[in-house]
Amino acid sequence: MKQILTAEQIDSTLERLYKAVTSQIPEDMPVAVVGIRTRGETIARRIVERLAKDKPKLHVDFGILDITFYRDDLSRKRGAPLVRATEIDFDIDGKWVLLIDDVLHTGRSIRAALDALSDFGRAEIIRLGVLIDRGGHELPIAADFVGKKRSVPTGQRIQIRLKENDDKEGAYIIKEEA
Amino acid sequence: MTKKVPISSRKKHKITDFVGGDVSERTTTQRIAALVPNPSPVEVTSGDDFVWTRKDLLGLDQLSPQEIVHILDTAETFREVSTRSIKKVPALRGKVVALLFFEDSTRTRMSFELAASRMSADTLLLTSKGSSISKGETTLDTIKNIEAMGVDVFVIRHGESGAAQMVAKQVTGSVINAGDGSHEHPTQALLDIFTIRQRLGRLAGLKVAIVGDIAHSRVARSNILGLRKLGAEVVVVGPPTLVPNKITAMGCSVSHSLDEVLGEVDAINMLRIQFERFGGGLFPSLAEYSKLFGMTSARLKRCKKDVLIMHPGPINRGVELTSEVADGPNSCILQQVTNGLAVRMAVLYLVSQGKID
Amino acid sequence: MTNKKILIQNGRVIDPANDLDEVCDVLIAKGKIAKVGAANKTDLRGAEVVDAKGKIVAPGLIDIHVHTREPGHEEEETIASAARAAVAGGFTTICAMPNTHPPMDDEIAMHYVIQRSLEAAAARVLPVGCITKNREGKQLAEMGAMLAAGAVGFSDDGNGISDSSVMQRALQYASMLGAPILQHCQESSLFGGSMNSGAIAVRLGLGGIAASCEEIMLQRDLDLVKRTGAKYHMMHASSAGSVDLIRRAKAAGLPVTAEAAPHHLLFTDSACMDYDSNFKMNPPLRSAHDVEALRHGVADGTIDTLATDHAPHTREEKELEFALAPFGIISLDCALGLYAKAMIDSGACDWPTLIERMTAGPAKVINSELGTLTPGAAADVTIIDPKKRWTVNVDKFASISRNCPYDGMKLKGRAIMTIIDGQIKS
Repeated sequence: MKQILTAEQIDSTLERLYKAVTSQIPEDMPVAVVGIRTRGETIARRIVERLAKDKPKLHVDFGILDITFYRDDLSRKRGAPLVRATEIDFDIDGKWVLLIDDVLHTGRSIRAALDALSDFGRAEIIRLGVLIDRGGHELPIAADFVGKKRSVPTGQRIQIRLKENDDKEGAYIIKEEA
Repeated sequence: MTKKVPISSRKKHKITDFVGGDVSERTTTQRIAALVPNPSPVEVTSGDDFVWTRKDLLGLDQLSPQEIVHILDTAETFREVSTRSIKKVPALRGKVVALLFFEDSTRTRMSFELAASRMSADTLLLTSKGSSISKGETTLDTIKNIEAMGVDVFVIRHGESGAAQMVAKQVTGSVINAGDGSHEHPTQALLDIFTIRQRLGRLAGLKVAIVGDIAHSRVARSNILGLRKLGAEVVVVGPPTLVPNKITAMGCSVSHSLDEVLGEVDAINMLRIQFERFGGGLFPSLAEYSKLFGMTSARLKRCKKDVLIMHPGPINRGVELTSEVADGPNSCILQQVTNGLAVRMAVLYLVSQGKID
Repeated sequence: MTNKKILIQNGRVIDPANDLDEVCDVLIAKGKIAKVGAANKTDLRGAEVVDAKGKIVAPGLIDIHVHTREPGHEEEETIASAARAAVAGGFTTICAMPNTHPPMDDEIAMHYVIQRSLEAAAARVLPVGCITKNREGKQLAEMGAMLAAGAVGFSDDGNGISDSSVMQRALQYASMLGAPILQHCQESSLFGGSMNSGAIAVRLGLGGIAASCEEIMLQRDLDLVKRTGAKYHMMHASSAGSVDLIRRAKAAGLPVTAEAAPHHLLFTDSACMDYDSNFKMNPPLRSAHDVEALRHGVADGTIDTLATDHAPHTREEKELEFALAPFGIISLDCALGLYAKAMIDSGACDWPTLIERMTAGPAKVINSELGTLTPGAAADVTIIDPKKRWTVNVDKFASISRNCPYDGMKLKGRAIMTIIDGQIKS
């Protein structure tokens, strides 16, 4: 396990992502931010809290998406950890929706998230923001807002740790077990 | 060298190694130990790291308290799906769920059918009327034929105790017991327990009465096992002809007076009286039964204020409960039905993720 | 008959009928026991010598309760296959139960069993005739004619005789003949389940068969035996209460005997926890208390004989839901090891006692002169290796059926040679 970002570097990466997002937030459309469980939810929450401070007049809906049921790689290999509820208690019809995840890799989670979102209604625009884009995309999916690009060889995985979930912050490269 | 053959007058000594060791001890020891589950003083939680691995749900007998809570928590998640505009998730897309109802049960079948379709599974339906079941084919032959069509999950309702277990030994797919004889009805008990937890906020330390034909009730057995494992107390109530004394080995107590337990319980589960059993002379008349064991407004007044009145359905109004009780504020009968859907979605999802050896 | 001489040397010769337990030789000649004691040169001349050092030399074992299924269910067992299974298990004589299709309730059926037994040329198969015509429990069958044709006793096994007046008449009539009535004690109005009544049945949601279902009929029968003086045998005793009733009846001097089956000496009803129909039999497996009482009963002689109640069923019959599967299991091929496990390994009794319950004990029940090594007796001999460790493998059974819960069980003690009428059968 190798650390590639320190807590401070996570902060600055998040700052870049936030800046990119705020520059594009529309003023003529209702806005919603939806985080993908678990780290995407935390990043999304930080963005929404920041927006509340910086743009107090802007109303932003916040939702959490659990994409387990939408994955295309559900299998009997892993067993079933607890699936938590999706919490989108607002109407997404006609909204500008910012979808947030921690790491963009194959794009399959994002595909699942887009499927899940479409079960909640018809958003006007969906944009994707990620903390790190590590390359290796397997679907025609790219992020609109990226905190940092960092290419990582196949067989390795980036793990983001955030203090809300893991007590400490940082990004690490982990060898994936075969 | 010659010794007399001693035939009588042998000293009486303690013989300890019955049951023969090799054969019957292979699985029974730990399960016998579970005959009297310890009540948990604190609410059981499954924990964040808990992972479900079972491919079958045959009964609550085999499940650990954590596994039961994991199903309940997963059911919470699925409750949300039913609130969406599109009430469907693709979790079981491409999977085949066979609903094999060797014994008729309209509502359990409908609940499972809707649960499977909300998970995007395809369903196969077999009911007892006009099928091979009525043509003398054995259960295993029927199952093997259906399995050959490529089935991922078998949901089985059967009139004989142990049928689901028998099938699970023979098929590679998952098996969900939707009620076998007088043995277990795990999804019904799970939805009952889910409803109690939802309404009262906890299970540990509660006292639940189950009233009626305990001897022949799979709902009672699964409820006793599940509630005890999660720390609730259970008292079963009915006439001695419907309540076997040995049921106490499952960790519950027995009462033959509904009036005596009314004031001390937090929930009362009124079991359906099967009219066909009445012919067996197990109690003198329906009128006498409902006088002694029916839930009425007068009895409800003597209960705790927020006592839950439950019934697995279908209700015989005026026998197990009066209409005022069934439709009153303490009743959660319709909530049970709603929760049944979420519980069955959770079970379908979990077993289909369970590991196959 | 054969003229062959066989000399079994240096075995531990146990002949309970003669109170004998001694290391010596047994000489067989002309199909009879010729001599028991030290062999001399004359004995050796022309004899096939069998070295039985370290082995037990016993009278041929007898099992008075076997379902040979023929006629009617030859897909489950035949008289010949049961006779071969018996030889494999060390039995030289078995009794065939008459609950066949049609039931064996007349002298022709008795001749049929004996003829089939001769053709099989394996263990001796002796017929038991029905007590009532067609096993219906109503009208007495022709017991006199059947006895003359070779029946060794009478039973409606599978059912008890429910009607007390019919039972009384059966006992009265049999007392004239001196033949035993073998009763399957089961009060039909209390019968309606598939396993022992108790906590396990309640837990499994299966109907229970209480011990009282057996004991009520036994108690009634003992009262009738007292009035009629008939020879009465209780089949497959399964409960502590039954052992107690038999013990008291014997103390009161009644002419009663009883048997116990290997499964009732080895398992409790907790064996049914997996709904395995190979643990379903009638009477059912009961509690640890009952197992203990039965073992003590066998040890102290309250139980006169061990009998398998070998009940073959096909795989498709047994592969059903527990309540729908038929009662009965097989054990003839492996019974000796099972008895040794229940009685010797547990310390309940010694080999001479165990052998008594399988030789002189059953011979007494059916008024037979078999079951002894007395010179002049039929040369039925079973040589047992009491130290042989082996594993039950149903695929090697001589029986046609496979409904056996003991498959894979490790046992100690096995018959290594079975000699019938002076012929080595295995």
